[in-house]
Amino acid sequence: MTADTLITLALIVLFVPLFSFVLLLAFGKRLPRQGDSIATGLMFANLALAVVVMIGTLNLPETDPVPGFPNEPAQASITWVDFQSSITVFGQDIPLRIELGVMLDPLVGIMLVVVMIITALVHLFSIGYMHGDPKYHRYFAYLGIFAFSMLGIVVTNNFLMMYAAWELVGLSSYLLIGFWYEKPMPAYAGTKAFLVNRVGDIGMWTGILILFTSYGTFRFDKIFAYIAAGQLPFGSEAWLTAAGILIFMGAIGKSAQFPLHTWLPDAMEGPTPVSALIHAATMVAAGVYLVARTFPMMSGGALIVIAAIGTITAFIAATIALVQNDIKKVLAYSTVSQLGYMILALGVGAYTAGFFHLVTHAMFKACLFLGSGSVIHAMHGGLHHIHDHDTDPQDIRNMGGLAKKMPVTFTTFLVATLAISGVPLFSGFLSKDEILAGAWAFGSLTGDIAVLIPWVGFIVAAMTAFYMFRLVILTFLGESKRPDIFEHIHESPLTMKIPIITLAALSIWIFYSFNPISAPSGWFVKSVKTPVTVTAGNWYNLAHGEAHGADMVEQDAAHTQDVLEGEQVQGTIEHHIGIAANANQEALEHAMHEAHYPAMITSVLLALSGIAFAFAMYRRRMINPDRLAARLRPVHTFLLNKWYFDEIYEKWVVVPGVHLIARMMRWFDTYVVDGAVNGAASITRLQSHVSGLFDKWVVDGLVNFVAYAVGFFGILLKKTQTGRVQAYLAFIITGVVVLVYLYFYAII
Amino acid sequence: MQFPILTLITFLPILGMVIVLLLPKERIRAIQSTAAIATGLQVLLAVLIWAAFDTAKTGINDVATMQFVERLPWIVIPETPWFGEIRIDYFMGIDGLSMPMVLLTALISFLATFSSFSIKKSVKGYFAMFLLLDTGMMGVFCSLDMFLFYVFWEVMLLPMYFLIGIWGGPRREYAAIKFFLYTLAGSVLLLLVMIGLYFSTVDPQTGVHTFNMIAMMDPANVTQGIFATVGSTARMLAFVGLFIGFAIKVPIFPFHTWLPDAHVEAPTAISVILAGVLLKMGTYGLLRISFPIFPEMTLYFQIPMMILGFVNIVYGALCAMAQTDFKKLIAYSSVSHMGYVLLGMAALNVQGMTGAVLQMFNHGTITAMLFLLVGVLYDRAHTRGLDEFGGVYNKMPVYSFLTVIAFFAAIGLPSLSGFVSEAFVFLGAFQTNKLWTILSTLGIVLGAGYMLWTFQRVFMGTLPEKWEDVLDDVNGREIFTLVPLAIIIIAIGVYPSPALNWMSASLGHLVDLVNSSTAEVLFSAF
Repeated sequence: MTADTLITLALIVLFVPLFSFVLLLAFGKRLPRQGDSIATGLMFANLALAVVVMIGTLNLPETDPVPGFPNEPAQASITWVDFQSSITVFGQDIPLRIELGVMLDPLVGIMLVVVMIITALVHLFSIGYMHGDPKYHRYFAYLGIFAFSMLGIVVTNNFLMMYAAWELVGLSSYLLIGFWYEKPMPAYAGTKAFLVNRVGDIGMWTGILILFTSYGTFRFDKIFAYIAAGQLPFGSEAWLTAAGILIFMGAIGKSAQFPLHTWLPDAMEGPTPVSALIHAATMVAAGVYLVARTFPMMSGGALIVIAAIGTITAFIAATIALVQNDIKKVLAYSTVSQLGYMILALGVGAYTAGFFHLVTHAMFKACLFLGSGSVIHAMHGGLHHIHDHDTDPQDIRNMGGLAKKMPVTFTTFLVATLAISGVPLFSGFLSKDEILAGAWAFGSLTGDIAVLIPWVGFIVAAMTAFYMFRLVILTFLGESKRPDIFEHIHESPLTMKIPIITLAALSIWIFYSFNPISAPSGWFVKSVKTPVTVTAGNWYNLAHGEAHGADMVEQDAAHTQDVLEGEQVQGTIEHHIGIAANANQEALEHAMHEAHYPAMITSVLLALSGIAFAFAMYRRRMINPDRLAARLRPVHTFLLNKWYFDEIYEKWVVVPGVHLIARMMRWFDTYVVDGAVNGAASITRLQSHVSGLFDKWVVDGLVNFVAYAVGFFGILLKKTQTGRVQAYLAFIITGVVVLVYLYFYAII
Repeated sequence: MQFPILTLITFLPILGMVIVLLLPKERIRAIQSTAAIATGLQVLLAVLIWAAFDTAKTGINDVATMQFVERLPWIVIPETPWFGEIRIDYFMGIDGLSMPMVLLTALISFLATFSSFSIKKSVKGYFAMFLLLDTGMMGVFCSLDMFLFYVFWEVMLLPMYFLIGIWGGPRREYAAIKFFLYTLAGSVLLLLVMIGLYFSTVDPQTGVHTFNMIAMMDPANVTQGIFATVGSTARMLAFVGLFIGFAIKVPIFPFHTWLPDAHVEAPTAISVILAGVLLKMGTYGLLRISFPIFPEMTLYFQIPMMILGFVNIVYGALCAMAQTDFKKLIAYSSVSHMGYVLLGMAALNVQGMTGAVLQMFNHGTITAMLFLLVGVLYDRAHTRGLDEFGGVYNKMPVYSFLTVIAFFAAIGLPSLSGFVSEAFVFLGAFQTNKLWTILSTLGIVLGAGYMLWTFQRVFMGTLPEKWEDVLDDVNGREIFTLVPLAIIIIAIGVYPSPALNWMSASLGHLVDLVNSSTAEVLFSAF
């Protein structure tokens, strides 16, 4: 299959779900069965196509180490925006334009299939689960837009499209979490999910700004090639590290890592199939995919941050999952914890292991969520039957013994639980073992505090086995705690059974490696090779790495030239480094190989002891869990309240940081800024009032005074006009006498 | 002499106004139709202009590449004391900077006309004023002579005063006077600088002083008077004065407080015009007049302008978050979104400038849609209190779906137009100044915060009983006003290139023009 055909097929895979979305949104109500079968059919067809694409990508030729890519990716780009201008990148003017494009390599191919498997099965499952919902067609439309945006994240070859698709999955997540928006909790949870994700997105966006400003392109391969050529953002290693950590912030949000993990448990307010699809298997794994995609450009500083965040997340979430009583909450915290595992793996450089765990986790966690959906559906039916609308159908304290009534659900749930617990012969064992071996190798190579990473990894493995079996025992085994509901419990219909059976089957080792105890001998690990890092300072600067052959320098430089199409890169190749780091990666792989069996044995022992402990506490009642909880009251309360993250954020961030400041700003705006405006108006009016008074009493007063004075004298003089001749004669004589007097005495 | 299409598009509404005035006031249908036909023809002309527009021509400071130019002697007084010979031209023309604004003005006026059909009080007077306003706005975007620009600028003020003051809400008189006086104060600054520029500029062709803006952009013509020395204090004061004059219109913090009052009191259609077109006149003035005539001062004040952009974005968003009145919230969101325009243009590079002008256009369409949507709700419920609603989605699904589009466009969701312009603004601004750009990204979260919180309060949850019989879904007329905007928002969001091609040549030229001047940069350390 040529690269062009492959890309065409991938584009069809990408746009089919969008078609489904538009079709159902526009005509959903008028379609037969509100379009559910059309949407589901489209998704299964799309899955078949995705498998074809995956096979194509697995056969892509291996390359000499092109910076950042083990296989020559099939790529195609179009110019989306041309600014008709240029931008200066390391002294060279390159055209300023934005390209959109797709890229296919094994990583992409596998992700396409994973996304489509879960999407198609969740469509099928939802037909039964969402039956009778008043917004039925809208639900399937939303699933379509989700699949489209998720596939967009996967197939893109540049950061801008990645960010765009990233936001679109945020939208579909918002719409689906808040699907039952009539109720206050889903409405709140949807908003919370979107906003918490946006906090991470700010970081991701800033990281992208750094890269674009430095390199004038969003494309992964071009950016990797620049970095490989030693051309760092703004010329410094620190900026590269900053860009890496900032982009990772996007993953912290989307993959629900500490400290932004709080949205994911609340997201369980959405319909359960949605939880399986978006909030367990695919969208939350997008962060892991992002880190895998950008792994080659992550500097040592960035990777250590990634490893630390992953470790902390895995631990915190596992502890919380130990004590939760809501079936979906346990699974949600389990998801957060497992995502932490994947992030941890990528951070320590166990690239393949991290991505492998993404895939196996997608299958068994989707199975667990759909299984819990099956349980909730049955509980709901039971409660409905006895007209009980107050009991929580998701609380495991109301369940127990369901295995008898729901054998298929129970069996598949158990298979998936064995997988997540890391029991041999199941998929989770293979991938988790790889992660723990990687962490072990990393710890032993770097020493110091990094030793904590494998330690925590093992503790989490034990806790995972414990809380998962606690869940299985309390839900399916023992006696029912509510016989009244139990009576009316029924196994779910076939459309719901097929997906969980399929997913349970996919949780078995055989699909990933024929050898049940060795992942590296399977096709998966062989297909997904760790890309050569393009950064200089890798996390463990081993002495022998530096000494690796200098002859590769020339070769890599030539590749760099190829990728950038001769747009730049002259000289400065001396700085080129991929080689030393590559040697480091080889060292890690060697150490992983050595750690493989010790890690495996340790993890199996821990998993089995976790399972045994769960049986001892909840099945055999050798330890009374309530008494244990009472004895450890402060710890238990602390865990039950999820380490108080929500309370702390609410009390110290949201309320003072946003609402209070917003209110202060409103006050400032109303009374200070606008106060100044109104004050100016008042002063002007006061001044005009004074002017008015002055005008009335002084200016006009003067005018009136003159008039008055004239009038006064007029009245006065009027009295002389008597009409008597004698008086006039007397006036004349007096006048003459006065004049004569003046003439002779006064003037002369 | 080519066909005077700009004159026609500018004065067509006046013609409509004359017809409206001649019609008896009882004939409401005829009055409404006249307004619809006048603005409809205006849209048609705008589309013709768009079709005939040559995207390769740069314009800005080059009259030869201005398009659809019309130039006639207008006021010619051979000899006057003090002033000497006065020659003022009727000088119109457009380039890539004004073309998007012409399109926007025609479109928004047309849609606002239909939204105005719900006006019941003295319809004749309303539409007469409305059409006069339309002429004023269109004239501002088509003028190349500063005197003419100023005349249109003031022409638009008067009808706006009456439209708010007569057809507005309970506090309409206060809001109208505040709007009028505030804008007039800005006009005074504009007038002062304009007169100063007049006495400093000599038209090379006629040898007398001129109001020709293009002539003012060439330092070779600015040889006399107070603005002759590049980098002088007088020019600095002139730039600041002009900036404040335009900032009031944008509005830029702290000159923005007239906006919430005007928006809350104005009838829906006038809010639409106000947010859709009027605010753009401020940023347009900065780009058309301040930047090319005072390029060295633009460079000098680059960082302060970026800081103001940041303040607008974050301050506007925080204020929006604390509002309980739907319209006031949208008004403050305008303050925030116009901050992106300022941030982008102050970046003084192609990405930022393109983002800024595209954001002007996008904000025009998105916010117009938001105000139309608020109007729909207000027409039914007669209240805008955010806390009085809930569960509107199930009651009004089509309305709510359109609201989702507008809200997410305002939030900057990719595939909708708001994202494209905001992204370009950030790309440009980051290249110029990292600190204030990174701080401005806070707007990404805050913007989503107030919008989604509003959505949650109004559309989600359960419907209060009192609205059960009141809220009907959007009618045909409302759909007719909303859907074109939604289509434009999606089209530009998915494929912005056609829109960008209008402006790229002109904006690239403008950026080069400003950057080719030399000046120190204030606060360069930030």
